[in-house]
Amino acid sequence: MATSTVQPVEREDYLNKEYGVGSWLLTTDHKRIALLYLIAITFFFFVGGFFALLIRLELLTPAGDLVQADTYNKLFSMHGMVMVFFFLIPSIPAVLGNFLVPMMIGAKDLAFPKINLLSWYLYIIGGIMMTHCILTGGVDTGWTFYTPFSTAFSNTKVIEAGLAIFINGFSSILTGLNFVVTIHRMRAPGMTWSRLPLFIWAHYATSIIQILGTPVIAITLVLVVAERALHLGIFDPKLGGDPLLFQHLFWFYSHPAVYIMILPSMGVVTEIIACFSRKRIFGYSFVAMSSVAIAVFGFLVWAHHMFVAGISVYAALVFSLLSYSVAVPSAVKVFNWTATLYKGSIHYDAPMLYAFGFLGLFTIGGLTGLFLAALGINVHVTDTYFVIAHFHYIMVGGALMGYLGGLHFWWPKISGRLYPEGWARLAALIVFVGFNLTFFPQFVLGYIGMPRRYYDYSHMPEFQVLNVLSTAGATILGIGYLLPMIYFLWSMRYGKPAPDNPWNAAGLEWMTQSPPTTFNFPEEPVVTWEAYNYEEIDAGHKQEVHVAR
Amino acid sequence: MPDSQTSTMAATHAHNPALLHHFATEEQQRDSANLGMWIFLATEVMFFGGLFCAYLIYRRLYFGDFAAASKSIDAALGGTNTAVLICSSLTVVLAIWAAQTARRTLLISMLVLTMLFGCVFLGIKAKEYKDKFDEHHVPGATFSFEHEQVPNAPEGVYANPRHAQIFFALYFIMTGLHALHMIVGLGIFSWLLWMSWKGRFTPEYHTPLEIGGLYWHFVDIVWIYLFPLLYLIDRHA
Amino acid sequence: MSDHTKSSPLKMYFSVWGALLLGTYLTYEAAKVDLGVFNAAVALAIATTKALLVALFFMHLKGASEKLLKLVVFSTIFFLMLLLALSMADYGTRTRL
Repeated sequence: MATSTVQPVEREDYLNKEYGVGSWLLTTDHKRIALLYLIAITFFFFVGGFFALLIRLELLTPAGDLVQADTYNKLFSMHGMVMVFFFLIPSIPAVLGNFLVPMMIGAKDLAFPKINLLSWYLYIIGGIMMTHCILTGGVDTGWTFYTPFSTAFSNTKVIEAGLAIFINGFSSILTGLNFVVTIHRMRAPGMTWSRLPLFIWAHYATSIIQILGTPVIAITLVLVVAERALHLGIFDPKLGGDPLLFQHLFWFYSHPAVYIMILPSMGVVTEIIACFSRKRIFGYSFVAMSSVAIAVFGFLVWAHHMFVAGISVYAALVFSLLSYSVAVPSAVKVFNWTATLYKGSIHYDAPMLYAFGFLGLFTIGGLTGLFLAALGINVHVTDTYFVIAHFHYIMVGGALMGYLGGLHFWWPKISGRLYPEGWARLAALIVFVGFNLTFFPQFVLGYIGMPRRYYDYSHMPEFQVLNVLSTAGATILGIGYLLPMIYFLWSMRYGKPAPDNPWNAAGLEWMTQSPPTTFNFPEEPVVTWEAYNYEEIDAGHKQEVHVAR
Repeated sequence: MPDSQTSTMAATHAHNPALLHHFATEEQQRDSANLGMWIFLATEVMFFGGLFCAYLIYRRLYFGDFAAASKSIDAALGGTNTAVLICSSLTVVLAIWAAQTARRTLLISMLVLTMLFGCVFLGIKAKEYKDKFDEHHVPGATFSFEHEQVPNAPEGVYANPRHAQIFFALYFIMTGLHALHMIVGLGIFSWLLWMSWKGRFTPEYHTPLEIGGLYWHFVDIVWIYLFPLLYLIDRHA
Repeated sequence: MSDHTKSSPLKMYFSVWGALLLGTYLTYEAAKVDLGVFNAAVALAIATTKALLVALFFMHLKGASEKLLKLVVFSTIFFLMLLLALSMADYGTRTRL
């Protein structure tokens, strides 16, 4: 597929334009900022993964013999906080979104480049605070900060963790703001809404959630910090407060947050499936509208996290019904992807392997979400490993697979190098096998009664077999994640130079240099073709990137 | 070449120095800034919204206690502050009109007046906070709210101090957060004042004034809701 | 662009300013009257009117050329109402078992 032409002279691109730490730390180039994020979130991925490793090691045996109970509470709390707030939520938007959104719409940069840099600094400040919190004692409230434990009883660094996440939240808000304004105002001539790549639609929908949802958790954390510091009583039953108020406010953001984590990944998968089936996406408008629908519906279901917490029966009924409805747009996407694959010319490159993994694992994760939406089943499996398996199928089997697939797909564009395809396919398979071995047993564990957040299950030693399988899977999964780290780094030095469009893919980003120049396009492109015009591309018609004026 | 709407300004053959490199036209830049500020205000609405949610829920649950607590804050001062902010919003729109019509003196005096109103607002708030401090209505170790009659309830029905404390906690957090936004607004307007003094704004380019104005109006709108909700519960005794 | 349309905004600005002050006075006085459950409704209705005046006229939402800004405002209020309504519905429908 790829015809590489070796460049005799090193062309100027965004990487070699300027050297020096200052040129990176003060950059306003969206592509450099994307790489800054890549480094930072990879760091936090390994921090969160380290906590996961310790959790799985502890759970190898029924007795609590690796760490103490208090320590275990900290492990799962910090695993959750780091993975959710410092890895998953930024991951695709901050890395791939920042890099690609301007290029995909034909712009030179985002609407507000300096605010983009500010977003990164806010992330880093929040990250430093979180790291400091971890290193000086950690936090044990669970990533969910439930009151009154977090406000009145925990003896750990709740305030610091809360403030770290608060600051990090503004990074997310500003990124969302930047994307929405960019997509509205900076599209190149001819790039109408119906010609936008679905990656852009996905990020647009994600940005809406970031803008409307994140401020609510921000104020909620302010209230938690204030209550803990000043003993106010807003969430403390002894002082007249209601712990459920915290949960309402917390989940009003944190449920839509899971759609922040999955929507961009869906956007990536759409791009990959179209390219490696050599077909237009089936039902473009449905896929675009379903992204927006997920964003809207996602705000209607938050109390399904509170079914057994004490909300009224009528509220539970309403939220259960609404939770079923939010599955519909996701299902629409799965059907459209499947229809796209049908009679396509399938190529099994590494990005496509990740996309296939996503399809299967996201479907399982999504379906088990429906089980959880049913009140009867929910009562049985709440706070068990069933829930943990459900969200890891979506977050890891879904979002993370999409992220890895996207990194591979756009790596030649980002770095100007090709990654080693053989190793990449192997890593994808290892990830898939390791993932299923880790998390499928957890569905069973949860269903037969193993509670979550327990470090000791010696009252039910029959759980051990499945736990051992799960830990074995986690080890394999870890290897699968390490491999790309190694060969991506290797490729930056030793990888084959990448052609401008190694996949012969559709999209404006592929009509730039690999790696791109600082301002992406030599002249503003004028778009006259529909998205995913793979028939034209494969028939040999070249898209001329016209001069604008 | 960027679009130019008038031909009166200097440097028409080159880019207006205010046009940033990644925008094609000044109009695109201005529209982007405008949309960006509106979206930012949307996030602020949700930010305050969480507090309003907490407040409305507790007000419904503990209406009598909240009414008693509300009676102890000064509605006349609150009302005055509302009027002060309304006047400041007027001076903001007049400042922008002045920029649109190249009236430099008016622009500067309206900006100064806006900031003056902002300072008056904060001064009155400081007085209110001091009163609460003196009356031991600040939540925490020194809080005391004994034997406060619930308005429009039979004689001898007193407010539950713990519930009243929740009112005061929310009162301080909501008005405190609002005051913080006010202070940031004063900072923004100081910068706008400085830019105006240096002559940076013209009828063609005064985008920072417009978006700074949007922020100020938002702060006004938050207070427009805070005033009746916090100060005017059940005052018809 | 000529200045002919610019002189009329002054009248509009001062009228809105007057209406806002009037609304404030009305809110204050209405609170002193016993309207039962409607006290809160009246206060919020006046506040909303004032907020709309500021948004439409001072923030120039009325004259906005595209519907996008109005969509931003509408969506924000919609989601805020969602938060308020559904949370309060939970509290409103709780019964003792």
